[in-house]
Amino acid sequence: MKSFGGSVLFLNRPDINTDEIIPAKYLTEIEREALKPYLFEDLKLDGFAPHRDIPGREVIISRANFGCGSSREHAPWALEANGIRLVIAESFARIFRQNMFNCGLLAVELPAETIDRLFTEFAHRATVATADVARSVLAIRADGRAEEILFTLAEFDRALVEAGGWLEYADTNY
Amino acid sequence: MGKTVAEKIFDTHVVDRPAADVWILRLDAVFCHEITTPTAILDLMRKGRDRVFDPSKIKAVIDHVTPAKDSNTALQGKILRDWARRHRITDFFDVGRNGVCHVLFPEQGFVRPGYTVIMGDSHTCTDGAFGAFTPGVGTTDLAVGILKGVGAFRTPRTMKIRLVGQLRPGVFAKDVILSIIGRIGMNGATHRIVEFDGPVVAAMNMDARMTLCNMTVEAGGTCGICYPDEITADYLWEFIRDGYPDRAAAVTAFRRWWPDPDAVYEEVVVHDVSEVEPVTTFGWKPDNVKPVREMQGTPIEQVFIGSCTNGRLDDLRSAARVLKGRKIHPHVRAIVCPTTTQIYAQALAEGLIQIFLDAGFCVTNPTCGPCLGMSTGVLAEGEVCASTSNRNFNGRMGRGGMVHLMSPATAAASALAGHIQNSELFNG
Repeated sequence: MKSFGGSVLFLNRPDINTDEIIPAKYLTEIEREALKPYLFEDLKLDGFAPHRDIPGREVIISRANFGCGSSREHAPWALEANGIRLVIAESFARIFRQNMFNCGLLAVELPAETIDRLFTEFAHRATVATADVARSVLAIRADGRAEEILFTLAEFDRALVEAGGWLEYADTNY
Repeated sequence: MGKTVAEKIFDTHVVDRPAADVWILRLDAVFCHEITTPTAILDLMRKGRDRVFDPSKIKAVIDHVTPAKDSNTALQGKILRDWARRHRITDFFDVGRNGVCHVLFPEQGFVRPGYTVIMGDSHTCTDGAFGAFTPGVGTTDLAVGILKGVGAFRTPRTMKIRLVGQLRPGVFAKDVILSIIGRIGMNGATHRIVEFDGPVVAAMNMDARMTLCNMTVEAGGTCGICYPDEITADYLWEFIRDGYPDRAAAVTAFRRWWPDPDAVYEEVVVHDVSEVEPVTTFGWKPDNVKPVREMQGTPIEQVFIGSCTNGRLDDLRSAARVLKGRKIHPHVRAIVCPTTTQIYAQALAEGLIQIFLDAGFCVTNPTCGPCLGMSTGVLAEGEVCASTSNRNFNGRMGRGGMVHLMSPATAAASALAGHIQNSELFNG
């Protein structure tokens, strides 16, 4: 199983689509690592500059409908190529969410109020978030503040994360 | 308790229930293209699993960048081509015989009522127009489909959108689906299958039903579904004739894939199309939808008529009706893409291609290219395109470009005017 935690990148907008995560012109790459420099290249968000803000970040916290649009698994690949294996959001588009778990990555949904609070209390601070998959607990800390949040992980999603992805799971079971 | 269409398809295809809310389904077909499949092929090869579950159930096409534009896309095509040959996948469509996957595969009769189909492409939701369960998936789901012939899906949740009223002249399936997305929002159908029901759908031909289902993913939907009927049987007849004594028998058999009268829906939306007028999008979200008349006069640099949403014969016909005997505005460049070789040939035979050429359009080979800014029609920074495609996301057709989605008739009228403009087919 992969590890899930690290410095948080806050992306304060709903409906961030997979074209913004990785533009289509880079889909001509067949190796995942080749996507690394282009993550969020077309994402326009106040105060966000990809080359400044992405390095060193390992967790994203965002709003509703994260990963909508194209089915490209290049989106989670581009995240993982940059060391981001955990995305926390109010909700996810179906295919993106499935792609995350299929890659053995973690997509955690939290209620809108909790996401709101995380933005209010942590977005302006250097924040670290860590997911404990066995206990379904997120630990979030920033200069002196620390809190634990319980999250729900469906039985099958947990099995995919533990197996390292859907191909590994299916190859064993079907 | 009655069942929805998806519930019936799940019941007949389930092979395992690894958790209460998860269904492993047998797949009737796995569709592949050269953008999302090569990585799946390489993953399988690296794991020593370079096999396919059933070559007759795998269909493959090179459609996103075709003919190849550079060494990367040439390699993607080669990986897919070599793989198809190695595994004796005979339904492989290369340059010259290819087409946009969501137009080509239905045209070849590969989608049937009651089928389960996956493809590494979000607009696979189009194929539900035949009364099938056809979710778009990512590359890992595709790899498992290729290797094992199964896919994992959540317990189906269905919403019904009932289309009532009478379409006004000059209003098309594209306007209807855009008006629905504008109403329910781009998250309005997330994790749900959308059944399209009602007299308006019953009267639509397959081209229009596919346009309707094509954009369900723009509302977050898993796939659209239309109920298979006489129109479906007519469309498929040359492919299914050996299986039935006559068309009426096929239609009767298709009834198996209609919902029960007491099926349970999460939500039922009644949408009166009499109220719908030609619409277009503004901004960078597909649920930002306005009547064309409110956007009238917005200057454009490029027009694109094509894509898996609106590159079918019916779409070319309605655009050509607007363009016939006229020339596009001198400041506009216009691109039309017949989305399969068969559609191209038919458009030639009907004189549509000549109308486009006379009007000043560039006619391209079948490709997905312009819709996602990959080839044959990329926008420059600050340029605006009137497009019949499906996504107006920031940068979708090229970095810094703006896309306004609309019907082929509206796009044609806009090409003539040099700005966003209602077609004369609409008498508002």
